Amino acid sequence: MSTDSPDTRPDSLLGRVWESIKRHDLPPQDDRARMRAVMSNLLLHLHPAKVAKPAIRFNYTFGLGGLALLLLSILAGTGVLLLFVYTPSPESAYNDMLALQTEIWFGQLIRNLHHWSGNLLVVVAFLHMLRVFYTGGFRSPREFNWVIGLSLLLLVAAANFTGYLLPWDQLAYWAVTVGSSLLGYVPVVGDWLGRLVLGGPEVGAATLTNFYALHIAVIPLVMAGIAGFHIWRVRKDGLTVPRRLDEPPDRKIERVTTWPHLLGREIVFALIVIGLLLFWSSWVDAPLEGAADPDHSPNPAKAAWYFMGLQELLLHFHPVFGAIVIPGLALVALAVLPYLRFDIDAEGIWFRSRRGRGVAIFGMLVGLIATPAFVLLDEYVIDLPSLLPSLPTIISNGWVPLAAILLLLIGYYDMVRRLFGATACEARMSLFTLLLTSFVVLTLIGIFFRGEGMALVVPF
Amino acid sequence: MSESKKITRRDFLKIAWGAAGALALLEAGGIVLKFLSPKAAEGEFGGVFTVGNVEDFPPGSVTPFNAGRFYLVRLADGGFLALYRKCTHLGCAVPWDQTSGRFVCPCHGSEFEPDGMVLNPPAPRPLDRFPVIIEDGVVKVDTGTIIQRDRTGPDDIVYP
Repeated sequence: MSTDSPDTRPDSLLGRVWESIKRHDLPPQDDRARMRAVMSNLLLHLHPAKVAKPAIRFNYTFGLGGLALLLLSILAGTGVLLLFVYTPSPESAYNDMLALQTEIWFGQLIRNLHHWSGNLLVVVAFLHMLRVFYTGGFRSPREFNWVIGLSLLLLVAAANFTGYLLPWDQLAYWAVTVGSSLLGYVPVVGDWLGRLVLGGPEVGAATLTNFYALHIAVIPLVMAGIAGFHIWRVRKDGLTVPRRLDEPPDRKIERVTTWPHLLGREIVFALIVIGLLLFWSSWVDAPLEGAADPDHSPNPAKAAWYFMGLQELLLHFHPVFGAIVIPGLALVALAVLPYLRFDIDAEGIWFRSRRGRGVAIFGMLVGLIATPAFVLLDEYVIDLPSLLPSLPTIISNGWVPLAAILLLLIGYYDMVRRLFGATACEARMSLFTLLLTSFVVLTLIGIFFRGEGMALVVPF
Repeated sequence: MSESKKITRRDFLKIAWGAAGALALLEAGGIVLKFLSPKAAEGEFGGVFTVGNVEDFPPGSVTPFNAGRFYLVRLADGGFLALYRKCTHLGCAVPWDQTSGRFVCPCHGSEFEPDGMVLNPPAPRPLDRFPVIIEDGVVKVDTGTIIQRDRTGPDDIVYP
């Protein structure tokens, strides 16, 4: 090569290859280069080049959205590995699980990682929703992204439910029998829907095929698409900025480059989570009971833990109400939340305002006391169907208690507004907190306080 | 008024395209649903079971037949009844509890009388039943027909 050659590339072949991959000087040396590095990288440009400094404070978002994405990646990776050693048929599924745990190198570890990541994802996605709600993160223009997020939460539940059947053990068989029987209570099309999902009248080979296809192809693909859209909307709508109670809304906000301020935190957090997951999965095995036996329901036959709140509702209400009406109402209410009037300027403030914090705690306390009280009352004192023997149970154990509870909730909302002088927005948040607490308490009762025959027991 | 009612060629084409698109989506949806619908052979257990002679079952007895997924019940008065073991609440297999003389569902605590009547909710209706046929002292159960009922009654019971 002559010295006046226009070729400015490195001399070595390897150097040229590396240069052609990375496109820029790495690591970037000044802020300008750092911003360009983020913008021109396929993965990194999910982030803006600069972010508001307070918005990346860990104790504002707790990294929950990013954590959900990390868990999805781990689930995809471990899930693909599991595909290589599993056959979805009643004859082989359970034996494949045994082989996975005893014969395949790191089989138990990969299964544990997949199992615990899936469980953790339910918690993380739910907490992410709560964080967005309590910091007012769903305000305009982010209403629709809240609805998208809600659909992702449902997809996470669907992925968990379909995956639950695949080990084909007693736990799987009966949890899915119970869960899919709920479909039968959908008005008009229930029977048809149940048979479509199960591929027949009872859980069997066709069900396993259906759930397998849903779990490994349909749900992951749909979820990847919707999650991509969700993240794209976050990027386009911008991050909400946290605010302390005494800060004015129009204060000056310092902005820092994404590289390294946000990226550094994300990488450290991801490494910590991966480390903890590996540690946990090395010590705690995913449950596997005896092979599925359609002749014997275990006692008690419980659903997966995240459906325990629903199962507890089923013990108190007619199934149409416990499984369809009440969850349906809750979902519609959640979807509508961001479209209601948000009448105080509280974006980025945890629990809206000082008074908001008060009524949130009040809602939690009421939920903590009222929920166990109602469960005990219904279990031992009030027996609506025998008090109203002339009515069918769908009225005496459905419409009547639901109407009573709705009236109580309206009364509660009114009381919070009067007693605390709360705005509609704060009172709504207090009501949300009350219902959230009830849901958590019902879930805990279902997990820990239900024993044989679903009777109330004390676990300690 | 009259002008807005007139359909222009552009409007007509818009509607036609829209309708064709909607029709295509409906057809695609129909094909997918039909493709995924369960095979016609429904009952894996749907045949007629010959379970034994009348005198094999003493009055006041409950005998499980796992292959047919039913209990053959002989009530104290000698009447026969075949109950589908699937709980009418959420589909668990309901075991017979000899000591209490009831069917007790392990999943959500529903309890049923030997004739299938609900003693304890949450089950919304009595256990489903299958037709019992008694010919020349031989008891048969037709598991191809699942009979749902809102209340129990004397019509459910077959006497030899």
